[in-house]
Amino acid sequence: MQEVTTEKKEFTPNIVAFCCNWCSYAGADLAGSSRLTYPANVKIIRVPCSCRVNPTFVLKAFQQGADGVILCGCHPGDCHYVTGNYYTRRRMALLYSFLNYMGIEKERTRVEWVSAAEGARFSAVMNDFVAQVTALGENKRLTDLRVKEGE
Amino acid sequence: MQRIGVFICWCGSNIAATVDVEKVAEVIKSEPGVVYSANYQYMCSENGQQLIKQAIKEHNLTGIVVGACSPRMHEATFRKAAEAAGLNPYMVEIANIREHCSWIHKDMDEATEKAVILVRTAIAKVKLNAPLTAGESPVVKRALVIGGGIAGIQAALDIADAGFEVDIVEKNATIGGRMAQIDKTFPTLDCSACILTPKMVDCAQHEKIDILSYSEVEDVKGFVGNFSVTIRRKARYVDETKCTGCKICMEKCPSKKGLNTFNMGLNTRPAIHIPFAQAIPNVAVIDAEQCIKFKTGKCGICQKFCGVGAIDYEQKDSFIERQYGAIVVATGFKPIELTAFNEYGYADNKDVITSLELERLMNAAGPTNGVLLRPSDGQHPKVITFIQCVGSRDTSGCGKPYCSKICCMYTAKHAMLIREKYPDTEVHVFYIDVRTPGKNYDEFYRRAVEQYGVDYIKGMVGKVYNENGKLMVQGSNLIDNEQITIESDLVVLAAAIEPEPSVRKIATLLTASIDTNNFLTESHAKLRPVESPTAGVYLAGVCQGPKDIPETVSQASACAAKVIGLLAKDKLKTNPCVATPDETMCNGCSQCANVCAYGAITYVEKEFRLGGGKTEIRRVASVNPAVCQGCGACTVTCPSGAMDLKGFSSKQIMSEVDAICKK
Repeated sequence: MQEVTTEKKEFTPNIVAFCCNWCSYAGADLAGSSRLTYPANVKIIRVPCSCRVNPTFVLKAFQQGADGVILCGCHPGDCHYVTGNYYTRRRMALLYSFLNYMGIEKERTRVEWVSAAEGARFSAVMNDFVAQVTALGENKRLTDLRVKEGE
Repeated sequence: MQRIGVFICWCGSNIAATVDVEKVAEVIKSEPGVVYSANYQYMCSENGQQLIKQAIKEHNLTGIVVGACSPRMHEATFRKAAEAAGLNPYMVEIANIREHCSWIHKDMDEATEKAVILVRTAIAKVKLNAPLTAGESPVVKRALVIGGGIAGIQAALDIADAGFEVDIVEKNATIGGRMAQIDKTFPTLDCSACILTPKMVDCAQHEKIDILSYSEVEDVKGFVGNFSVTIRRKARYVDETKCTGCKICMEKCPSKKGLNTFNMGLNTRPAIHIPFAQAIPNVAVIDAEQCIKFKTGKCGICQKFCGVGAIDYEQKDSFIERQYGAIVVATGFKPIELTAFNEYGYADNKDVITSLELERLMNAAGPTNGVLLRPSDGQHPKVITFIQCVGSRDTSGCGKPYCSKICCMYTAKHAMLIREKYPDTEVHVFYIDVRTPGKNYDEFYRRAVEQYGVDYIKGMVGKVYNENGKLMVQGSNLIDNEQITIESDLVVLAAAIEPEPSVRKIATLLTASIDTNNFLTESHAKLRPVESPTAGVYLAGVCQGPKDIPETVSQASACAAKVIGLLAKDKLKTNPCVATPDETMCNGCSQCANVCAYGAITYVEKEFRLGGGKTEIRRVASVNPAVCQGCGACTVTCPSGAMDLKGFSSKQIMSEVDAICKK
């Protein structure tokens, strides 16, 4: 039986996931080796620690047309670099209020702690986040207003 | 001009089944900067690496991207290949198109499209990579073993035999651990003490091994090859160098009502005591909470009778700091608390005991001198019922979701030993499954059933209750599909095992990953099973997952091999991906030093030219590359954006973001 396809293409958000090398990236690897699926629109950038993620990277992603940005790190207290994820937590708390100010729904960003042993959790978190961003729809609020080549 | 080469791996069918690898390689060819693009069945194979090396040379590549498995798997392999072909190893980026793509997506178009984006992202990054050179740091030729059970003992002996100094830190007053409490071992029925205590003595006598008993790890600083560890030596109120282990103090001590923890609380011991006869070190320890001298200030009998003047009531905890090149964690396990399992009546009935308590009751050095007597009235139990999986394989939240692995075997052992010693005893075992993989294990279990006539009942127990002094075990027999009640004299619970709770603190100190069940995580389940993801930290025994003695000993020896390999090196290559300040932008505000967890950032006065022949001296940040661990906390904190991280620079990450978002 063939499904009836409509003209309008279903919205699939583009999602950038920053994962720390020691916990979350390994958790994503475990999700992979356990074949736990999540949507293909999540693309992972590996960083040594979640505290390497400058809030401007998140803003940059929104500027470039990302619909959601998620930061994943080790559980509080378990950071490979002792205290890195505490900085992440504080910085992101500040970024949330800034996003509100900018008119970007703060639900488009999220911070999650996923350990190297939590492949199932990684997959669950990504599925949930994708659903959340999909419900919000396309992110159009922030665009690069600089003059582009050829304009 | 950048000349990038791209290599897409099929990984057999692991990637190629869901990602159209040929298409990816083809599409990528037209990316700006890409001069070579290939796909191959196994890039990590000798031939695959040869392909990479050849392409680097032939096409004069300045950077390469390998679209393959996780960088955690083969980044080192491909870096080595690049280096062999004359390319700086840090000019290699991995696009993870297996774990993060082919294995989790089912739709080929979708997965192929994502693979292209992931490869493009890696290309965007590698274009901004700079050649990096690893520094060197010296290796302290001494190892620390945390935990003095069989795992720690074996690891320490193997490392020491290779000629390296080892310290064993044990929190209890003696080494030996759980194995010292066990009576017999499966599947050979060896006497546990007979095979353990010679190893304990070997440790004590080994000139390279220093046993720090009654001590705990307080703090850990540093990194692989150069850990600095603070160890708390708890006050035992007995001078270790003087005590001869004569035990006169134990005889004379008037406070004899302390629970004997070595015997699982089944009998009592004096306030000053040596945990068991073969303790190493054979030195007494005072339980200050029980000691009359500490409680009232009056007594001092042990001091009076001690012939060598070893008793020192004034002793305080002391701290020592030592340097180590490698650390083995072997903290072991304990049986879980049974408070959540009221249905078995453990708290209310003295004759409902755990398997470890049974070990002590069967042991010749135990509270009953090895005669099996039930705790309530000292009578021989005639009917004994074992209950398996108490808290193991329990997803209700009361117990543990995992299989404790050792219970099936030790219950078969107990049942067999009881039937051997007391043939008139009736032995029942309630089980969910009997799991006996291992050399000679299933044969052992079958002997219990066939030769010793142990009654195995497939089914779970609903409750254990006391009726007229008898323990009624009510359960189901799934084979006969009936409810049964067994009138028993003794009930033995195979309680699940869990990691020693102290492992949490140690994991935090070592920044070693730990899972939701408090087991330490290994670096790779199959290929690096004894290494923690934290370099220089190795895992032995149950702290990593449930296992029996043979497996623990193998793992401990494997750890030792890894440690010896590390300590045999004079210098280690350090991670060159460290923070680096742009001195012209730095204003010396100290914010970066404040967030650095390693104290890697200091400030130096530097002279800067201002033009017109003028100069100024400014305070700027300076990063010690040997100390910096490359987390990047400082890079984000820096208000002037002067701090950056090599290998993960802001520009690199921004370009990755761009590549992902590009529509």
